[in-house]
Amino acid sequence: MEQLKTIGRELAMGSQGGFGQSKEFLDLVKSIGEARSKAEEDRIVLHEIETLKRRISEPDIPKRKMKEYIIRLVYIEMLGHDASFGYIHAVKMTHDDTLLLKRTGYLAVTLFLNDDHDLIILIVNTIQKDLRSDNYLVVCAALNAVCRLINEETIPAMLPQVVDLLAHSKEAVRKKAIMALHRFYQKSPSSVSHLVSNFRKRLCDNDPGVMGATLCPLFDLITIEVHSYKDLVVSFVSILKQVAERRLPKSYDYHQMPAPFIQIRLLKILALLGSGDKQASENMYTVVGDIFRKCDSSSNIGNAVLYECVCCVSSIYPNPKLLEAAADVISRFLKSDSHNLKYMGIDSLGRLIKMSPEIAEQHQLAVIDCLEDPDDTLKRKTFELLYKMTKSSNVEVIVDRMIDYMISINDNHYKTDIASRCVELAEQFAPSNHWFILTMNKVFEHAGDLVNVKVAHNLMRLIAEGFGEDDDAADSQLRSSAVESYLHIIGEPKLPSVFLQVICWVLGEYGTADGKYSASYITGKLCDVAEACSNDETVKAYAVTALMKIYAFEIAAGRKVDMLHECQSLVEELSASHSTDLQQRAYELQAVICLDAHAVENIIPSDASCEDVEIDKNLSFLNSYVQQSMENGAQPYIPETQRSGMLDTNFRSQDQPEASLHGLRFEAYELPKPPVPSRIHTASLEPSTELVPASEPAYPKDTHQVATVPSVSDAGSSELKLRLDGVQRKWGRPAYSSSAPSPSSSTSQNTVNGVTQIDAAGSVISKAHKTNDSRKPRVEISPEKQKLAASLFGGSSQTEKRSTSASHKVTKAVSHAAGKSQAPKSAVVSNQVTVEKTIHQPPPDLLDLGEPAVPSTTPSVDPFKQLEGLLDPTQVSSTANHGAVGAATESPDIIALYGKTPASGHSSSAAISLPTNGDGVNFTAGLLDATLSTAHAGTTLPTQSIKGLNAKDSLEKDALVRQMGVTPSSQNPNLFRDLLS
Amino acid sequence: MGIRFILMVNKQGQTRLAQYYEYLTLEERRALEGEIVRKCLARNEQQCSFVEHRNYKIVYRRYASLFFLVGVDNDENELAILEFIHLLVETMDRHFGNVCELDIMFHLEKAHFMLEEMVMNGCIVETSKSNILSPIQLMDRA
Repeated sequence: MEQLKTIGRELAMGSQGGFGQSKEFLDLVKSIGEARSKAEEDRIVLHEIETLKRRISEPDIPKRKMKEYIIRLVYIEMLGHDASFGYIHAVKMTHDDTLLLKRTGYLAVTLFLNDDHDLIILIVNTIQKDLRSDNYLVVCAALNAVCRLINEETIPAMLPQVVDLLAHSKEAVRKKAIMALHRFYQKSPSSVSHLVSNFRKRLCDNDPGVMGATLCPLFDLITIEVHSYKDLVVSFVSILKQVAERRLPKSYDYHQMPAPFIQIRLLKILALLGSGDKQASENMYTVVGDIFRKCDSSSNIGNAVLYECVCCVSSIYPNPKLLEAAADVISRFLKSDSHNLKYMGIDSLGRLIKMSPEIAEQHQLAVIDCLEDPDDTLKRKTFELLYKMTKSSNVEVIVDRMIDYMISINDNHYKTDIASRCVELAEQFAPSNHWFILTMNKVFEHAGDLVNVKVAHNLMRLIAEGFGEDDDAADSQLRSSAVESYLHIIGEPKLPSVFLQVICWVLGEYGTADGKYSASYITGKLCDVAEACSNDETVKAYAVTALMKIYAFEIAAGRKVDMLHECQSLVEELSASHSTDLQQRAYELQAVICLDAHAVENIIPSDASCEDVEIDKNLSFLNSYVQQSMENGAQPYIPETQRSGMLDTNFRSQDQPEASLHGLRFEAYELPKPPVPSRIHTASLEPSTELVPASEPAYPKDTHQVATVPSVSDAGSSELKLRLDGVQRKWGRPAYSSSAPSPSSSTSQNTVNGVTQIDAAGSVISKAHKTNDSRKPRVEISPEKQKLAASLFGGSSQTEKRSTSASHKVTKAVSHAAGKSQAPKSAVVSNQVTVEKTIHQPPPDLLDLGEPAVPSTTPSVDPFKQLEGLLDPTQVSSTANHGAVGAATESPDIIALYGKTPASGHSSSAAISLPTNGDGVNFTAGLLDATLSTAHAGTTLPTQSIKGLNAKDSLEKDALVRQMGVTPSSQNPNLFRDLLS
Repeated sequence: MGIRFILMVNKQGQTRLAQYYEYLTLEERRALEGEIVRKCLARNEQQCSFVEHRNYKIVYRRYASLFFLVGVDNDENELAILEFIHLLVETMDRHFGNVCELDIMFHLEKAHFMLEEMVMNGCIVETSKSNILSPIQLMDRA
């Protein structure tokens, strides 16, 4: 075999030259291709850098040679090394007159430079010149560069020319000009705001390519302001209709689908335009319904379009028929063996569930399967779905699962994400205060440093304000259980800083509130915390302030305060701290405990963290003082706005109005604090006292002012905000669900929680049994799973409904089966296809499919590669070329293939998975080919006829490469493997 | 923006082509590629062809020894991107004839030119193979 292969190569070598590339370049590519490790690759590249540095600056380098150098630079950067020494040569190459060299130059520059690089300025002129070129390919190359290199400052230099090119006679130029304009819009919307109408105009371009490209900027524009584009609904619908009816040129077809990528973009746009707009949506129903019907659900691309339809349907104003079609698609996705389709199914379920919440129930087992799948991607997607369908009846199960998962992963990015989701769900649906506190503790314990500080502040606020109901008993119960759990947890090592801050604050506010714990016990604990976090100043600050509060409450209650010894030493230590903040707190503490009860009560009132603090914005109480100063000759205050050029002389500092009439200001400027005016306004005539909610900056520094809750300042600004107003928050965009659970119903669920849940559990189990019976192939469903299903999905609806949905499913399954067995024609075809498939599929592919079945296979296992090398497709074809002998050797090969098929085991299921699926369509194409060639070649084997032409090609290529000295079989046979084999 | 980057990486994790549609420094690229490739190579063929990584979603597909990885935004249609990869491979196949890893290595610039025709500003702008290839063929002839 090996010999035959070699002979074939030698024969085919012929007299050709290389790919027009030098030996040096081929050697480089060869050595990179054959590098076995990253270290080896790095060595090669470093050596290459040295060579190039020397060579590239030599005088009079031929252009062709220079182009090669530039590509070598691209290689260097691609492999992770710096090639900046050669950038200038790439820039120079853009000036070249030869199109290929020019374009290579532009390509290299766009790969190397960001749009703010200094060298860009050298290219702007070239681009301007090229945009005026008579050769439209030059113009296109320049427009490509415009899209990558032009920044906000250089836009004006290009804009007029780009706009002119929108009317160019060549469609390729118009398309790229539109995209250049799109780029300008992305970079600086204001620069092209007057040109937006051009996008509308180009939508009607004769060329489908230009029209398709125009959809990209339009999508962006519509995302930002839907209302200005409502008039285009009709146009989009009619375009989509034409596309779906195959009015576009055949060349846009992809796997028998008419321009699927354009369809998808149009559906995305329609989803935006129809959202919350009944009238617009009604225009879309027909065409979306048509696409549902027409889409080929056996191909990937068909499913991609179907998925987009589901997205569209769940965004626009609901239509029962379309919702039904979408539900069908979803259940097909979920029942599929392909993980990709399952993923899409879970995703679309999450979308549709807004519209028809009941749809989740019939898929509960599929959802749980996905949740327990070892595939992390699928698992995460399922968590996303669960997040969307959480209600008070299932929140405990879902959040517990999420926390378990959160603990198990290392990916901080996702950990943060899931932690904030847990928090959000817990805040929204917590069945009891106790559970809520425990859940928050778990989240903080395991992801404390990852969660946003706002979450912590919100938690404090929630504990302070209660759940919004006017139920003081419940609120104090919440606080007590928080205090208790914190005292329990406080001793644990390595608690995240944010969590400790919360603990300190809560203990300070409420530690002694219910009288269960003595002040000395709480203060002792607080001191422990402060000592344990000796290098965390924020926590220490929280702890000291908490101590102060505890003592203040004690004093106010008329009890005698005995400061613990450890506490005293802590305060002393802190009053000598390097941090002025800590120092101040310590001194304040010392001052406060010396005051009498009445004064203390005024300074730190008990449980007043939610009270509004009166702020006299105009500081009118100082008026008399100001007046007196003026009588003594002080200058009047001049408002900042009127003070220009005489800052120094008229400036008055806040504390000492007369002190600094001249000279510099020495104290630091204060941090910007928007709401509190820091200057004295003597000008105000009406001494108005306004009620301002105690707004306090988010940083903890200021907590000592008055006992207020930190971070109340930006209420309403963040998505992490709590539900504090007792209103059931709705997630996502406005949705129309006929049976949306109203807040009242959910609260009632909450109260009768236990009962409904048990009820639901029973019914679901019985239902699960039913489905189990009806679906034989299903492996037995474990009772745990059923239980999980019950707790997740058991909720509002009745058993009746479920049984109907179950039976519905069964009938559907039957009809599905019937559909399969029917249609004899298609069956025959598919039969044929499978036969063809086994014949045409080159051996390595089968091996590839089989690979995952072998559990121990790692990407770098060599024996497999060897095998692949042996079964290289070129080898098969080369033997085929040798006629009779070839045929003889070939037939056992095919038999071996057949033998392999069942052995590979997974191949049948894998055939449905995506990569092969795509090939499947190829095979049908191949089938056509085959029939054609068999028609004229008579008895020749199909394999030969299909591979015949191509084989020769690849053989030549192979030989050529060999001639250059790349030895495929020894090092990396993969380099030669056809990608599409 | 849709597509954020397109990578071609072989089974050994060596980069064969990289195109970014947003600027990342060399170090960022190196780190990102390392992380992503490690993640994707560790997956088996039964698992989804989609992986979440930081704020990207990676859609990948394997052809012989070569992995095609496309980083997209969160709201992109994953299946469509998967087919976009296939379209790219089919296009290269039409141009090179039985395209293999080595073709891409020897003709890196051409592979890039094809991508330039297909994707601009991170959006898929052209899907007709003849439209994609015609400028490249014209350039070859010139």
